[in-house]
Amino acid sequence: MRAAATASTKTQTVHTGPSLTRVTVVLGSGAILVLTAMVVAVAIGSVGVGVGDTLAILGHRLLGLPLARSVAPGAESIIFDVRLPRVLTAMLVGGGLGLAGTVFQALLRNPMADPYIIGTAAGASLGAIAGLMAPILLPVLAIGMGSSWLGLGLVQVLAFAGGLGTVLLVYAVSRANGRVPVVTLLLTGYAVSSVLAAGVALLMFFSGQHLGAIFGWLMGSLAAAKWTNLAFAAPLLTISAVLLIVRWRGLNLLLLGDGPAANLGLDVEREKLMLTMLATLATSTVVAISGTIGFVGLVVPHVLRLAIGPDHRLLLPASVLYGAALLTVADLGARVAGGIPVGIVTALIGAPFFIWLLRRSRVVRPVVTP
Amino acid sequence: MTAALRSDVMTSLEGVAFAYPMPEGRREVLRSVDLTLARGDLVALVGTNGSGKTTLLRLLTGVLRPDAGVVRFEGRPLTDWRRLDLARRVAVLPQQLDLPVGFRVAELVGMGRAPHARRLFASTEADERAVARALADAGALELTDRFAEELSGGERQRLLVAMALAQEPDLLLLDEPTLHLDLAHQVALLGTIRRLRDQRGLTVLAVLHDLNLAAAFAPRVAILDDGRVVADGPPAEVLSPELVRRVFGVQVDEARTPDGRRHLALREV
Repeated sequence: MRAAATASTKTQTVHTGPSLTRVTVVLGSGAILVLTAMVVAVAIGSVGVGVGDTLAILGHRLLGLPLARSVAPGAESIIFDVRLPRVLTAMLVGGGLGLAGTVFQALLRNPMADPYIIGTAAGASLGAIAGLMAPILLPVLAIGMGSSWLGLGLVQVLAFAGGLGTVLLVYAVSRANGRVPVVTLLLTGYAVSSVLAAGVALLMFFSGQHLGAIFGWLMGSLAAAKWTNLAFAAPLLTISAVLLIVRWRGLNLLLLGDGPAANLGLDVEREKLMLTMLATLATSTVVAISGTIGFVGLVVPHVLRLAIGPDHRLLLPASVLYGAALLTVADLGARVAGGIPVGIVTALIGAPFFIWLLRRSRVVRPVVTP
Repeated sequence: MTAALRSDVMTSLEGVAFAYPMPEGRREVLRSVDLTLARGDLVALVGTNGSGKTTLLRLLTGVLRPDAGVVRFEGRPLTDWRRLDLARRVAVLPQQLDLPVGFRVAELVGMGRAPHARRLFASTEADERAVARALADAGALELTDRFAEELSGGERQRLLVAMALAQEPDLLLLDEPTLHLDLAHQVALLGTIRRLRDQRGLTVLAVLHDLNLAAAFAPRVAILDDGRVVADGPPAEVLSPELVRRVFGVQVDEARTPDGRRHLALREV
């Protein structure tokens, strides 16, 4: 401490964040990875189109470039109407899950947290299954609503509303004396999820011929991807991603705990509410168009935290890019494996990879040391 | 608000009462506390466990609101202060802080700049200078690139001091800053705080448990007991064996150091 007194007289600076080079490398590699995964995933399928033709078709339809004559007939339709919406959905869903997982792990200071933890998955599942079974449950309602609402099916609408509504309920129940302690939020979310899961099990028990569809939805699948779903999800996910990424500082401060964050000028309760609702908006949107795909939202934040550190300034945008790349590749695997739900692929490959990573890194890093 | 009062008084608690809401009723901690800190004051706050010392600090930061009475900062009631404006002036060294894993010391000390942040993503040169100065002042420059979870108890405490100093506060509130520190580190830490107060006119309120350490460190000691400040003044007047017996229920003997200062010595336990 004595030596430090002399050092303080010098005018020097200490860098407190990632350098511009580091930001460029991390986010640039992520962007390149996402675009590569996208082109490859669009090119590969039961009808081989080839990367060159795929790029030509994408350039023609997205950028208005003249189309080369060599492209096989029908390829344009396969690429643009079938594969591209599916690959774009995978990117959006992966990015959304990566981001929401990062936010919830920091917000709840819990390494087990994923995007679904405080009730989104249970609420969305109950909504979606109610939607799938609507012809049995409420024939009149199903006919009255028709098959689409803003281009969305009843299943998507109810899943979205179920996820968002459940978290609103959980948040309201957790509130006491104007505060929402994160432990209470976590436990209330668990309890409410259990009740809703009982409802899901009950519906499944009486579901009859719908059981297959319900099971596919619960595993999470991108097989039903279409442009109308993207038109609904893309704006919501973009807005929530931007508003979450600019809150990086608040998320960093909340890692210190509510009291210290408040002493550093953060309006803690308002920030927690904003973060919860924005991350839940992203999760509910994602779940509405893909079902509950597991593991992406848990693994992506952990892998990135080990690789690039816990500063949310870089972690939040990175989780979008790398989450998008991961799910694009996983969904390609699901298609190549004969069209199994992508949730099976993420669990089957993601979990062992995660365990390998935990054992390989000498220090297993929780979010906060007790 | 007179100009004289504004220039002299940094912060004050006036007739402050506070009770924690509990399921089985309210637990009263502070009954009626009066305490005024003038600019540049260096005050040690002493009292038994559960006497409300930490509660008092939380009231001074506005994290808790009093049930009765008023807390002022720069003459204005704390309720009139925006949290962010207050954070630019008041820093706290908390008793307990769970440090997030994977951050380097420089990044954590950088978080102390949060209330002064001007840009959405980047930090300013003023931020980076303030961080360097805070690290130097806390004697933590050599820790800059270390991971927080790898620090020893003493190094960790220096990191926390640097975080608080990076806020460039006018009022520094320390909640048991010497907890877990050995004698050398206790003396070094309090020496740093005292030097900053002497050089920069920082106002300091520190919760301390060791009465002799408090006497050696602070020219003014306030004692909290039964929800009130029961004594407030120079340690030579305040820290008497009678008071220690009354407040702590412990018999101590009074001894004199060779240079004539009073020392309170425990009897054999």
